[in-house]
Amino acid sequence: MLTKRIIPCLDVKDGRTVKGVRFEGLRDAGDPVALAARYAREGADELVFLDITATNQKRATLVALVRDVARELDIPFTVGGGIGTVADVEALLMNGADKVSINSAALHRPELIDELARRFGSQCIVVAADARFHEPEGWQIYTRAGTHNTGRDAVQWCREAAERGAGEILLTSMSNDGTKDGFALDITGAVSRAVSVPVVASGGAGSKQHFTDVFQNAHADAGLAASIFHFGEIGIRELKEHLRQDGIPVRL
Amino acid sequence: MEIAVIDYKGGNVQSVLFALERLGCRPTLTADPEAIRRADKIIFPGEGEAASAMRELRAQGLDVLLPTLTQPFLGVCLGMQLLGTHSEENDATMLGILPFEVKRFPALPEYKVPHMGWNTLQRLRSPLFAGLGAEDYVYFVHSYYAPVGDYTIAEAKYPAPFSAAVQHKNFYAVQFHTEKSGPVGTRILENFLKL
Repeated sequence: MLTKRIIPCLDVKDGRTVKGVRFEGLRDAGDPVALAARYAREGADELVFLDITATNQKRATLVALVRDVARELDIPFTVGGGIGTVADVEALLMNGADKVSINSAALHRPELIDELARRFGSQCIVVAADARFHEPEGWQIYTRAGTHNTGRDAVQWCREAAERGAGEILLTSMSNDGTKDGFALDITGAVSRAVSVPVVASGGAGSKQHFTDVFQNAHADAGLAASIFHFGEIGIRELKEHLRQDGIPVRL
Repeated sequence: MEIAVIDYKGGNVQSVLFALERLGCRPTLTADPEAIRRADKIIFPGEGEAASAMRELRAQGLDVLLPTLTQPFLGVCLGMQLLGTHSEENDATMLGILPFEVKRFPALPEYKVPHMGWNTLQRLRSPLFAGLGAEDYVYFVHSYYAPVGDYTIAEAKYPAPFSAAVQHKNFYAVQFHTEKSGPVGTRILENFLKL
């Protein structure tokens, strides 16, 4: 049976992990390769690397990082963060990334999704969508690291992205991100029902029960989190044991 | 042991090369017919779209060479589908080494396409899977599948059974990404290298 996936997300800058990862027994928590290997051993199903480098060496450092990670890691990983051209995507895939996620560039020019899917196949093209709830408009899509409201409806944009050839939607609720109050079940469920491709839920995870909720009540295919894993608040193995007890198929 | 990984611009081959290197091998990425014929083992990776992959194979004459090979051969993902006769993906005519026709997964509410993630294998019947059991998971990413037939050596369900692995003579192939399937995938690669 296909299992629900648990995905730790690592923020990287200039080839190093950021956001104060604290891990017992990990000598260098800033080393993305060591951290990735540790998560893989603990039972992570995939990893996401979000690159927040803003210098003009960005592409070279990210390609080098992808190569180093791919050399060591025997589970799939996605790379995202400021990726905007076919050439960027090609360089990352050729160096060992399994999937590449695009966000602002796809909203700026949606045809990019079609071009990437045609060239590389839908299976490796993830569209990351950042949504925030507004009264009375509902869930709207933001770009540029969550600073700019596009005014676009979240469900409608995710549906368009999937129709254009995205193989997966990574949906982050900015309204929930950092709250640890749980995933945004309503918008995650609405997007999951609207698209025929897998949906990764992101933003708001604070407890094991939150993952049960997003899988049982919002039909997410995967759950992504950062800080609760990095700070050891929830171990991946104990999370998966909890999910299995709740009747959710997981890889243990 | 000489391992040739076939180079036909078929997407992400780097992960396959790294997985072999982790096992202490020194694989060669090549499209050279002599190097391919001479190798002890062949790995045929693949990602992306079937019709353009076939165009590239034909352009390099690999569509003629590959069916004549006699050493152990392992197709991976699209590299498995290309061994069939035909694919619904852009109506592609394939290599025809195995008799299956590749179909698209039906769109069902609870079954997203692509079939993406970790799934178990059933009805294992090959030395390729020595040491594996019902609780072992492998990583799949695909929208098209080969039906179950006489050539099937492992099945997976989504929701109906399909071919997770196939074999005909020296031609073995797996639908999942064995190079990305953790210790289970590594074991399958090791088993292949011992064939």
